[in-house]
Amino acid sequence: MTVTVIDYGLSNLLSVQRALEHVGASVQIADTPEALAGAGALVLPGVGAFGDGMAALAARGLAGPLRDAAADGVPLLGICLGMQMLFEESDEFGRHPGLALLPGRVEKLPDTAADGQPLRVPHVGWGPLLPPAGGGGVGGAAEAAGAAEFAGLAGAAGPAEAAGGAGAAGFGAATEAAGTLAGVLPGQECYFVHSYEAKPALDATRLADTLYGGRRVAAAVGRGRILGCQFHPEKSGPVGLAILAGFLRMAGG
Amino acid sequence: MANKIRLLARLDVKGESLVKGIQLEGLRKLGKPGDFAREYYAAGIDELLYIDIVASLYGRSNLSGILRQASEEVFIPVTAGGGLRSVEDVRTVLSAGADKAAINTAALHRPALIGEVAEAFGSQCMVLSIQAKRSRTDPARWEAYGENGREHSGREVVEWARQGEALGAGEILLTSVDCEGLQRGMDLALLRAVRAAVRIPVILGGGAGSAQDLIGAARAGADAVAAASMLHYKKAAVPQLKAQLRAAGVEVRA
Repeated sequence: MTVTVIDYGLSNLLSVQRALEHVGASVQIADTPEALAGAGALVLPGVGAFGDGMAALAARGLAGPLRDAAADGVPLLGICLGMQMLFEESDEFGRHPGLALLPGRVEKLPDTAADGQPLRVPHVGWGPLLPPAGGGGVGGAAEAAGAAEFAGLAGAAGPAEAAGGAGAAGFGAATEAAGTLAGVLPGQECYFVHSYEAKPALDATRLADTLYGGRRVAAAVGRGRILGCQFHPEKSGPVGLAILAGFLRMAGG
Repeated sequence: MANKIRLLARLDVKGESLVKGIQLEGLRKLGKPGDFAREYYAAGIDELLYIDIVASLYGRSNLSGILRQASEEVFIPVTAGGGLRSVEDVRTVLSAGADKAAINTAALHRPALIGEVAEAFGSQCMVLSIQAKRSRTDPARWEAYGENGREHSGREVVEWARQGEALGAGEILLTSVDCEGLQRGMDLALLRAVRAAVRIPVILGGGAGSAQDLIGAARAGADAVAAASMLHYKKAAVPQLKAQLRAAGVEVRA
């Protein structure tokens, strides 16, 4: 299975590449629209600020082709900043539009915990993956299907594909993307580094939460064949590798 | 209740070898860093810390090859340090697979580097490494040293930590030179003093010789503990250490 990793200058490319190779992918790096064309599966990594990331994608002419590919049903994995850019917009250093493949916004993590104590931002460290509190589960399927029109993604999250997510151990909505978490047990930990958090507009796109400062934060999101991880699966030990393997499985490899 | 802590394996590297000294002196070659890294990863260590221990003296870091090799078989966060003097040096280790850069000597010489690295890569990438020696005259005072404990900076550790945080450091790697390599316990007074001065995470290193030392560090407020000798010399194994921490009520990653 060949996975195309997008190189737009803002990421830990080597670590992502090595982790994908470790779970059996052959990796191609793409930094032009031509190199991205015809990809069987796409990974959008990312470390850095939202506005810089979108500007770097746009400067290389990659934002449009990425959206088109995802709309055509090409499996897409966004990691950290790459996950946040799947959403509609972010507040990071001014308002910036995202790829709008998932409905919702990206906002600064609160600097106080649920109990009012000061909370460190960025959130750096290992956090548990938990089944999402709101939505998700069985009831989320209809909502997910309804959202398929969003960003021109009609058909990308159809009911037939939705059944593919049934294997996940209590994780997220019944979308194909949720199936990538099939190997993960609730409570297993992944490695997070972020100052902003995604606020999905649809509960059904929320596949897993983590806890930070006593609050739930979206850890994995997805719809159709689009998966986003706020954590770094390439740095999350065997749990992260299992999720990458799940992504390859979804991508047909 | 004690904090949840991260357990780091510290790998001091000289050339192609993993080395270990006592109080940062008298280095012994222990083997290939890759072999140790692979073993600790498999055993469940939370992060790895590679320090090129002679790079600062020679003005260059030799870590890239070792980091690239690690990226093929170790899938947890990696911090690299030793001889990093510029944003470009940091870019080099990050592109070789490191997630964070630990900077000591160059930051002592030019504190603005902390802000430059934080701005270029985010504060989470910028780990301020502080090598602390306790004052002979005032036991509640520590001086920060450069060049692996060889070079006076004249900077008082607590104030330097505070300044580092203000300049953009995302984490502090706090190593007690006095305790380093002895495996006879960690400098918890040093930890408490720095912990009280900054909000960013503090990794305590130097002197860990038993699970009890790690438990003490966690209770004193360490966010993470770096262990070297006790792991390298097989005095303790990661799964057992984590079990002992858990049994003492210290949360660790499963």
